[in-house]
Amino acid sequence: MADDIILLDFWPSMFGMRVKIALAEKDLKYEYREEDLRNKSPLLLEMNPVHKKIPVLIHHGKPICESQIIVEYIDEVWKDKSPLLPSDPYERAQARFWADYVDKKIFELGRKIWTTKGEDQEAAKKELIGCLKILEGELGEKPFFSGENFGFVDVSLVTFSCWFYAYERFGNFSIEAECPKLIAWTKRCMQKESVSSSLADPFKICGFVVLLRKKFGIE
Amino acid sequence: MAQEVKLFGMWASLYSRRIEIALKMKGVQFEFIEEDLQNKSPLLLKHNSIHKKVPVLLHNGMPIAESLIILEYIDETWLDNPILPRDPYDRAMARFWARFIDEKLIWISWDAFSSKEEDQGKAIEEACKQLKALENELKEKEFFGGDTLGYLDIAAIMVASWFGVMQEVMKVELLTEENFPILCQWVGKFVDCPIVKECLPRKEKMVEFTRVLLKDFLASK
Repeated sequence: MADDIILLDFWPSMFGMRVKIALAEKDLKYEYREEDLRNKSPLLLEMNPVHKKIPVLIHHGKPICESQIIVEYIDEVWKDKSPLLPSDPYERAQARFWADYVDKKIFELGRKIWTTKGEDQEAAKKELIGCLKILEGELGEKPFFSGENFGFVDVSLVTFSCWFYAYERFGNFSIEAECPKLIAWTKRCMQKESVSSSLADPFKICGFVVLLRKKFGIE
Repeated sequence: MAQEVKLFGMWASLYSRRIEIALKMKGVQFEFIEEDLQNKSPLLLKHNSIHKKVPVLLHNGMPIAESLIILEYIDETWLDNPILPRDPYDRAMARFWARFIDEKLIWISWDAFSSKEEDQGKAIEEACKQLKALENELKEKEFFGGDTLGYLDIAAIMVASWFGVMQEVMKVELLTEENFPILCQWVGKFVDCPIVKECLPRKEKMVEFTRVLLKDFLASK
């Protein structure tokens, strides 16, 4: 039975990848529509008039926007398969807290690394490593952030891992050298089909960043 | 089992007020711990070592931080008087608009309040567009939550209180009855709710506090 799901996305977006992983975890069929962000479709503008951004999930014709909200929605509607959030309220609050932390920190810091130079870039690198170490600490010795099972925080963070190569290339540093346990965790996540089939190729992401830098006139 | 509930907050923090309102709606007994944000207590720094901010809810010794996350925790722990809708789509919408308030509306409105004269017209126009989007979400309902206060109403305390305070301090009109009759009607109903009345500090006190907070900014204008 068709679940009547459309995903509006843009292939390099780590936010869109989160939704792809969630849909794959729940074994859902959907129509994928690639958006050209320089020329947004009328459908995107209609479905997300407030932010005009991807990803947007359209379920039975109704839009859900903002990747964390979409992932929670997917988890609540298709609750019988591969739950992403734990059932205990305190653990759910912790999962939401760390996913929110990823949202608040990683994207902006990563972006600063490939758009700036000199002192600004050094500061961004230092801060990014600091944040990744905090996340590594939160992971601890567990296989995944919530414990034995892949879950909400893993979905939120793992999609940035295909951008790590670009950050390292332009920032001239190694994330694995600083956060080996976190990189081990990304490899563990990549063993899951839902993750490996949803993440973009890191070399393609790097090529995309090269184009963006040219476009923004960054040397 | 005895429940120990503590709320680390600050009297002028609307984020702290959100949590107070939710706890009172659920009939939860709690101890409010007033923080001096210029001199944060070791306990606060221990329980929210990541962001070092209020509010923090401490439930039987376990800390939860970030006001919207705390609201969901409260709703999932104390099941009477639910504040989030039951339907997953409606829940997604409530979460979307609450995030919108915190991540977009407040910042765009701050721009409108604080812009230089030459940029102010455009900033006000943009803020009004965002306020209109939120107003449209009310549709025919008494409250965002329907007939009674819900999660989004609690989140929108920023609209009910902060805008009025800022308009007086910065002398910039944004949320007016003329431009936003439905939203202003909601503000009136919201602040009139007995629980909200108990929790919201008096406007004059908030205005005075904000004037002091922004004194350097105001002096430079």
